[in-house]
Amino acid sequence: MSNERTIAGHNVQVNDEGFMTDINQWNQEVASALAEEEGVEMTDRHWEVVNFIQDQYKKEVALSIRKMGKSGVVDIKEFYSLFPNGPLKKASKISGIPKPQSCI
Amino acid sequence: MKEILILGAGTAGTTMANHLHKVLPSGWQITIVDQEKNHYYQPGWLFVPFDIYKPSQTKKKGINFIPKDVRYIQSEIDRIDKDKNEVSLMNDGQVLKYDLLIIGTGTHIVPEEIEGMLGDHWHKDVFDFYTYDGAKNLRQKLKSWKGGKLVVHICEMPIKCPVAPLEFAFLSDSFFKNKHMRDQVEITFVTPMSGAFTKPKATHELGHLLEEKNIRMVTDFAIEKVDAESKKIIDYGGTEVEYDLLVTVPTNMGSDCIERSGFGDELNFVPTNKNTLQTKVKENIFALGDATNIPASKAGSVVHFEAEILTENILRYIKGEALKEEYDGHANCFVETGGGKALLIDFNYTHEPTTGTFPIPHVGPLRLLKESRMNHMGKLAFRWIYWNMMIKGRHIPFISPVMNEEGHDIDPALAKTKHNETAEVE
Repeated sequence: MSNERTIAGHNVQVNDEGFMTDINQWNQEVASALAEEEGVEMTDRHWEVVNFIQDQYKKEVALSIRKMGKSGVVDIKEFYSLFPNGPLKKASKISGIPKPQSCI
Repeated sequence: MKEILILGAGTAGTTMANHLHKVLPSGWQITIVDQEKNHYYQPGWLFVPFDIYKPSQTKKKGINFIPKDVRYIQSEIDRIDKDKNEVSLMNDGQVLKYDLLIIGTGTHIVPEEIEGMLGDHWHKDVFDFYTYDGAKNLRQKLKSWKGGKLVVHICEMPIKCPVAPLEFAFLSDSFFKNKHMRDQVEITFVTPMSGAFTKPKATHELGHLLEEKNIRMVTDFAIEKVDAESKKIIDYGGTEVEYDLLVTVPTNMGSDCIERSGFGDELNFVPTNKNTLQTKVKENIFALGDATNIPASKAGSVVHFEAEILTENILRYIKGEALKEEYDGHANCFVETGGGKALLIDFNYTHEPTTGTFPIPHVGPLRLLKESRMNHMGKLAFRWIYWNMMIKGRHIPFISPVMNEEGHDIDPALAKTKHNETAEVE
């Protein structure tokens, strides 16, 4: 299910949980607005993490908290302080990629 | 003679040996290696702590389930040399050559991955039930436990049998009710996921059952450490949960021999094609069961379905034919809900568990995603089926390796989806 909404003056497609469905519609303004909704203020460190997440998504690598911790970009402690409460979900939303599926 | 070498004689390896020895063309022989003398009925470990099964009912001598014409070696595995097509063993550095390798080395718990989990408190007030000793020791503990805060906890995903921790919570509720001490036990279910299970519809049903049984749930909890001194678990976000008795499912990882071989992922699982079960390591290496990284449940039913498909693909590989992209992620799990009832879930890569009937469409006798006594009987009967049919590679009537959509109350929008449409691009 996809809905259209306007974020920071841009029309983007999002799913029922508010995750963007087309990464091509993503830009920094949209990301900053999404971050604000999540109570996150973007800093250089946040952008570095977002870049890494998008890069992994493009390489079709499924992400996990453990993988983030081993990424060399951020350790798990900092990841939590940058994106409090459910960092992987929050960071994915801000990065414009689908909600990470927990493995079954 | 050409050689098929199977690593691991658990559910995966034993089932494959039983399938292949019946159908292999002449000129091929099979060797199987395992570090353990015993074959464990792992689903039984859920019942051991509650004294429903005795520990001894969950193990038998492994060699009794291996066909006579298959060579069986008991040894730890050192590493696989994929370029030389050989495997070295820990036993006197013995080296085994192979033409085709099947990896079924499973997964095991690694409590040392979590700070503070191991220590004097391990198997005193912090337990696992994913090992023979863990289940057995927890049984002793529960016999005399006076009550308090029971925390049932998952460290991180993926884990073997992802419904087992929930079942543990449900069975605890029944167990303490039967002992007339439920009011002295506070049960909390702590998970790194956002809900009770990985799939939305089942999460809804199972979450509802937790509520009904007065089991508190803490979600999105990514454990950083166990503080055994003050008896609490702490997550990276700073959330703390206190316990008197912690029953945890530690991090699950693939075999160390996969790490030593240099081709596992960050949890030592083997990169594997999710439809053909050929590994991405080399074309003559196949894998099934808990050892792979495919996005299917780590469960015995998955192995059972994979084994039928992998057997066919191995025969095709030997004849030089294209492999079938047939495995659809089919899993079928009984979920014990306590009070002598269970529910049953049946799903695959594209279809999440729904309500319906199983295994005969519209008839049953088992009901999907609904609690019933019949489902519970099914789960208990399964121990017999496991030892006598499943690992011996016998077909179980009415149950096909790919999921039968008929009989499932499937969302019409999804009904025509074929798993191949979502297959990974290799």
